[in-house]
Amino acid sequence: MNLQNILNEIEQVDSEVYDRLKHVSRRNMFSMFAKKAASVAAPTLLASALNKAYAQSDVVVDVLNFALTLEYLEAEFYNVGMDTPGLITNLDRNVFGQLQKHENAHVNLLKSVLGSRAVAKPRFDFTAKGAFPDVFRNFRTYALLSQAFEDTGVRAYKGQAPRLIMDDPILTTALRIHSVEARHAARVRELRGLKGWITGNESGGAPPAVYAGEEAVTHLEVSSLIPGVPYSASTEAWDETLSKEDVLRIVTPFLA
Amino acid sequence: MEQLHKDPTSPNQRVSVLPVVPVNIGRRWFMRYVGVTAAGGVLLSSCAQENLNPITGPGETSMRGGRAGDVVDLGSGDIGVLNYAYALEQAELRFLELVLDTRYDGMSAKEFQVFKDLRDQEITHVDFFEAVLGSFAIPKLTLDYSSVNFRNRDSVLTTARNFADLATAAYNGAGQLLTDANNLATAGKIVSVEARHASVIRELIAPGSTYFAGDDVVDPATGLDPAKMPAEVLPVAQQFIKEIISASRLPMA
Repeated sequence: MNLQNILNEIEQVDSEVYDRLKHVSRRNMFSMFAKKAASVAAPTLLASALNKAYAQSDVVVDVLNFALTLEYLEAEFYNVGMDTPGLITNLDRNVFGQLQKHENAHVNLLKSVLGSRAVAKPRFDFTAKGAFPDVFRNFRTYALLSQAFEDTGVRAYKGQAPRLIMDDPILTTALRIHSVEARHAARVRELRGLKGWITGNESGGAPPAVYAGEEAVTHLEVSSLIPGVPYSASTEAWDETLSKEDVLRIVTPFLA
Repeated sequence: MEQLHKDPTSPNQRVSVLPVVPVNIGRRWFMRYVGVTAAGGVLLSSCAQENLNPITGPGETSMRGGRAGDVVDLGSGDIGVLNYAYALEQAELRFLELVLDTRYDGMSAKEFQVFKDLRDQEITHVDFFEAVLGSFAIPKLTLDYSSVNFRNRDSVLTTARNFADLATAAYNGAGQLLTDANNLATAGKIVSVEARHASVIRELIAPGSTYFAGDDVVDPATGLDPAKMPAEVLPVAQQFIKEIISASRLPMA
């Protein structure tokens, strides 16, 4: 599994790619898609509409394969966790069962959109080479990694969204996944006794890289430091992006 | 552009004329990030020269309050989309201020902290849009929450959930309307926080359940949150807004 190869091409996006994509008529594509989506079963139709949309773009394929890789990781993490006797108990099964359901749905959705161009599922090592040896024996460790994966997922999708700006249906689908990851992250954070939102770059025990840069208080050159507003809120109100390289540095230890 | 008022600085005029066209755009970042060059060009080209207003600087118009019945035009292009978000954020913030002013019966310390966090966070969102839109910003809206019983926990939590879910879906739908990658990236930094709000409010409503990302909102077959277009979102928000929001010049999907 060479993630770097999957993603290298994203870096090579140039203006020519965007110029080419301008002729795809993305507005029309979405209108058509939205009308049909209202009346036909969602998943199949979504995949078929998105297939047409992405057909012109290697960039989109690469972004989606990057996303799919993260979804593979999350889905397997919850599949294994939910199947491990005694790990997730009682009401927590509601939470992780819902996460499991959504992440597997994301995998299926992205795979069906990508078709033959979908990357294969990598093999995972959720101990991260021994850094989290009790991940499937200790619920605290498991929940910690769940938080790390969900918050990383939020930041990863957010970082890729601008690369999809020329492809409305794909962009919108990515955003619709992105906000679900944020719902997940907030719930797992609260379950761990944290706030649902990220204060500064506090990692809550997760690898610090997951939250590096989350303390930003300037956006489009506007400061969110406002008299009367606590510094914590000025950082919590804004989730920050991660580049694909930063995401890979976080995720790579979990690849077998 | 007959809507443009001749003297927007007059204290007696109605503010149904916004966004006004600034003669002098002095903030480079604004041009760079909000795409004001393109949007401004459209506005200018559709306006008679004598209708240009001597606005003295960014932010002035946004200090003005709207009035019930005014038509507030969100504008076009990325500016229109950002004004759309600004309107929603204003509505959300006012609601949260009223929640904290009244404090429903039986509000726990945790619930108070959640609403305080939400209020403080939304202040930064509102402030951001006001600053980044400058003289293109719509006015401060007049908000009416008389339909909400602020003493009643269910009424408040239900409205809070509706707002957070709506804002999430609105940003999800609006992303494709933006043409500037920086604007899109920035909207992305807000939407996931709105989704966090929705998750936390939903957990207050139905603790220990799947409701934080429930099947009623996240499609269980695709794992997707809704994406809603302005035409679907604005009528919902409009019930709390005394001005009449005009989205007629917003970009279409």
